[in-house]
Amino acid sequence: MHDFTPVHALVGGALIALALAVMLIATGRIAGLSGVVAGLLAAGDRAWRAWFVAGMLGVGAVFELAAPRTFDAVARVPLPLVALAGLLVGVGTRLANGCTSGHGLCGISRLSKRSILATCVFFGVGVATATITGMVLR
Amino acid sequence: MNAAIALLCGALFSAGVCISGMVRPSKVLGFLDFGGPWDATLLVVMASALAIHVLAWRVVMAARGRPPAFGGQFPGPPSTVIDARLLGGAALFGLGWGLAGYCPGPAIVAVVSGATSTLVFVGAMLAGIALVHAVSRDDSSE
Repeated sequence: MHDFTPVHALVGGALIALALAVMLIATGRIAGLSGVVAGLLAAGDRAWRAWFVAGMLGVGAVFELAAPRTFDAVARVPLPLVALAGLLVGVGTRLANGCTSGHGLCGISRLSKRSILATCVFFGVGVATATITGMVLR
Repeated sequence: MNAAIALLCGALFSAGVCISGMVRPSKVLGFLDFGGPWDATLLVVMASALAIHVLAWRVVMAARGRPPAFGGQFPGPPSTVIDARLLGGAALFGLGWGLAGYCPGPAIVAVVSGATSTLVFVGAMLAGIALVHAVSRDDSSE
């Protein structure tokens, strides 16, 4: 299998879940990332969301300095398609009220029907889109 | 205290997506593209995260109505409304995710790399969020 990194995946996945679990247990909040980001763009409880994003960027900056190869320098598709993809992700996650973390992780782990269905849809469409894009590019 | 918890959790989340490789669209697309050299990493990340988060909900259940230690209240039962907004939104998200390989959390973290494509993606994503906010301002469904 190509580029498979199971140990990093297990550790990283555990840290992602731990972050959202501490938010949930300590403060009662489901901190799905599309909701955190969207909340910063709306009136209301902005402070904790700003701190959460600050923590994300701070650790991201440490990785960028210590191991810049953590990040990709270029996209798979041309920039206009990257912009279209960003727009679709912004609109789609707001309409569906969740993304990979909110529906995929927080929702599925409490067997929410909405989240299970939404996750099946975005994984299905994501696989189809990426596979077709790959065929066009290859 | 809430600020400190949010800062810590944002940091943990970021470490998780950086270590697992989920901040790299090439790695995410290595899973989503079934036609290429396939990489199951994303699946292991999800499985690992789900196994732990199931326990988190157990802790919430065990609180039996007592509030969280640091204010607020635990979420009520999840909504059961299955509508076009949910399914259509998830489909649009899947389309964007499969095209670029970024979902919202990792994309925000990757802004620190300063890569043009990442900045373009996040700018467009924020515009998309603002667009939905503007259109659904009169709609009290949220």
